[in-house]
Amino acid sequence: MQLNGAEIVIRSLHEEKVEFVFGYPGGAVLNIYDAIFQQDGFKHILVRHEQAAVHAADAYARSTGRVGVALVTSGPGATNAITGIATAYMDSVPLVVLSGQVPTAAIGQDAFQECDMVGITRPCVKHNFLVKDVKDLAATIKKAFYIAASGRPGPVVVDIPKDITAHTARFEYPESVSLRSYNPVLKGHSGQIKKALKLLLDAKRPMIYTGGGVVLGNASELLIKLVKQLGYPMTNTLMGLGGYPATDKQCLGMLGMHGTLEANMAMQECDVLLAVGARFDDRVIGNTAHFLDHPRKIIHIDVDPSSISKRVKVDVPIVGDINNVLTDMLELLAESDKTPNVAALKTWWQQIEAWRDRNCLNFNRDSVIIKPQYVVEKLWEVTKGEAYVTSDVGQHQMWAAQYYKFDQPRRWINSGGLGTMGVGLPYAMGVQLAFPEAKVACITGEGSIQMNIQELSTCKQYHLPIKVILLNNRYLGMVRQWQEFFYGNRYSESYMDSLPDFVKLAEAYGHVGMNIEQTSDVEGALKEAFAMKDRFVFLNFLTDQKENVFPMVPNGKGLSEIILAEDL
Amino acid sequence: MRHIISLLMENESGALSRVAGLFSARAYNIESLTVAPTEDATLSRMTIVTSGSEEVIEQIIKQLNKLVDVVKVLDLNDGRFIERELMLVKVKATGVHREEMKRMGDIFRGRIIDVADASYTIELTGSGAKLDAFLEAIDKTAILETVRTGASGIGRGDRILKL
Repeated sequence: MQLNGAEIVIRSLHEEKVEFVFGYPGGAVLNIYDAIFQQDGFKHILVRHEQAAVHAADAYARSTGRVGVALVTSGPGATNAITGIATAYMDSVPLVVLSGQVPTAAIGQDAFQECDMVGITRPCVKHNFLVKDVKDLAATIKKAFYIAASGRPGPVVVDIPKDITAHTARFEYPESVSLRSYNPVLKGHSGQIKKALKLLLDAKRPMIYTGGGVVLGNASELLIKLVKQLGYPMTNTLMGLGGYPATDKQCLGMLGMHGTLEANMAMQECDVLLAVGARFDDRVIGNTAHFLDHPRKIIHIDVDPSSISKRVKVDVPIVGDINNVLTDMLELLAESDKTPNVAALKTWWQQIEAWRDRNCLNFNRDSVIIKPQYVVEKLWEVTKGEAYVTSDVGQHQMWAAQYYKFDQPRRWINSGGLGTMGVGLPYAMGVQLAFPEAKVACITGEGSIQMNIQELSTCKQYHLPIKVILLNNRYLGMVRQWQEFFYGNRYSESYMDSLPDFVKLAEAYGHVGMNIEQTSDVEGALKEAFAMKDRFVFLNFLTDQKENVFPMVPNGKGLSEIILAEDL
Repeated sequence: MRHIISLLMENESGALSRVAGLFSARAYNIESLTVAPTEDATLSRMTIVTSGSEEVIEQIIKQLNKLVDVVKVLDLNDGRFIERELMLVKVKATGVHREEMKRMGDIFRGRIIDVADASYTIELTGSGAKLDAFLEAIDKTAILETVRTGASGIGRGDRILKL
């Protein structure tokens, strides 16, 4: 069947069973938009800024496990998408971003709205393509989806010159892809898995540390099995939250810069560490030299070989898909005559419980001024821990991670690697579209929310009943906290004057707005908001301006040099 | 330590910039980089001379393997290998230099490939160290211009980098 390039794009997306395309039209993609007008295989979501299109597609991917799709025009459309692409890249999210390009003959001529998209995205994509012949278009899109979703997932850009969308070719969507240069290792090395299990069973102070890889790899179920069978303590990274139920006793909470005392201490003092789909990030292990000062054997499971021994030398590397590796490990464990060292484990747990008894996440629940932690805690109660929670970046993000106890994977959607302010609202859009019946809360700050506030309009257009939980402290809180700790209280440009009246702003966009100014009103307001099942509600909580995030491992310090609120 | 990394990659536009971009983005050293198509027109062979600790070299190899266009990577330093580089040097060839340059070229097994009234162009191949040695051996003021290809390398005996 002869089709033009634009139709080939649409048909290819149909073949990939794409549900939503998040995008914004423009000159170079007009042919594609014309073809979109004439199809009903997927729904196009018109955002108000291309950055939000990519973030929304990213959140769709994070919450569903499927590939997110965004469509932008050339030049400024493409450059606006970059932050979204880089955000997805840092968190290994499978995305296909289609960008328009000026006609082939105009490339390199400084044409109107021309930008070297392949060049500008190269460092922040898993791979990218410039389509130079309409005959290659369908196969390129097929490759893009395959590369985005397989191995360690990531964003793939397909740049399509305008003339290609007008040229015609025979449409045939390839059934499968094989690339001689791209073959992710999926099966873990059995000898290594054996070695790992022996180390684990010999451990006196074992610890399991899991990251976003568990969530991305849909490996929660097997992880829970393994952790339960071993009876060992475990911790999640910021990206791994929900990969193991937070309310389970064996979960010590999040680790890292704002992790719990018990998770950080156990991480530091364990003798055998099993890392699963985590990458020893600087925000996770603190000062690397300090971390390595304490001797321990490390086992590391990851689908990406370059994540292994990148920052910390490991003793037993296992490259493979986490589900495959954990399956093999559980089989070996079932066959093994060896069992965990119960006596040693008992002593280890006693030590851990002593740390846990310090109750490091305690805060003043009797304060009249609203404590931000209190809002998150109440949100967790009101939503019965079942909501999809998106967040922006800053103090509120850490409080969300600490006080919303995620028991399921893919419920916590945030920018962990790049730390992109402004993701929260478009993330909530992507999630709410994927799960129209679900409770979706966007925990944000007054700094972050203003970075993509224009999307209030998109939320109205598509009737998205998101609940924005704005923890408004009138400060760029995380910046202010660092200035307080490390810059002699010189609050350089971290106070925001002239904030908008968020209630009126929400109303101007056709939504419901609420101001909440004292602790006693928090729970009622949340209940009222979630009772409005079909309305977008913007809750502006005026919170304690001076509240800081604790515990804290100061920058450059080791995990055991953690500061608790009570220490100050 | 200095390492010579050899790789095969898809002979596609943009593949070279992916490799070059990787080295600059991750702050790896590049001493030299050469690339040309192979007997299989769909593949290019690249030789990268780099240096770093064992951990850095391990990361470089892993990161190169991760690039979708890269088909195969070999660290030549993992075994025995031969390294060759080509240099063209234009030198003054007047007065005492004219005879001296020819003699030095012969000693280093170079060939004079262009003769002009006042200059010779000498072609030399060898390891980078040998080419350095030649430039050290001749009168520096006589050097008019040099151009070097950067190293190419190949494993000895049975070590073969091929699909």
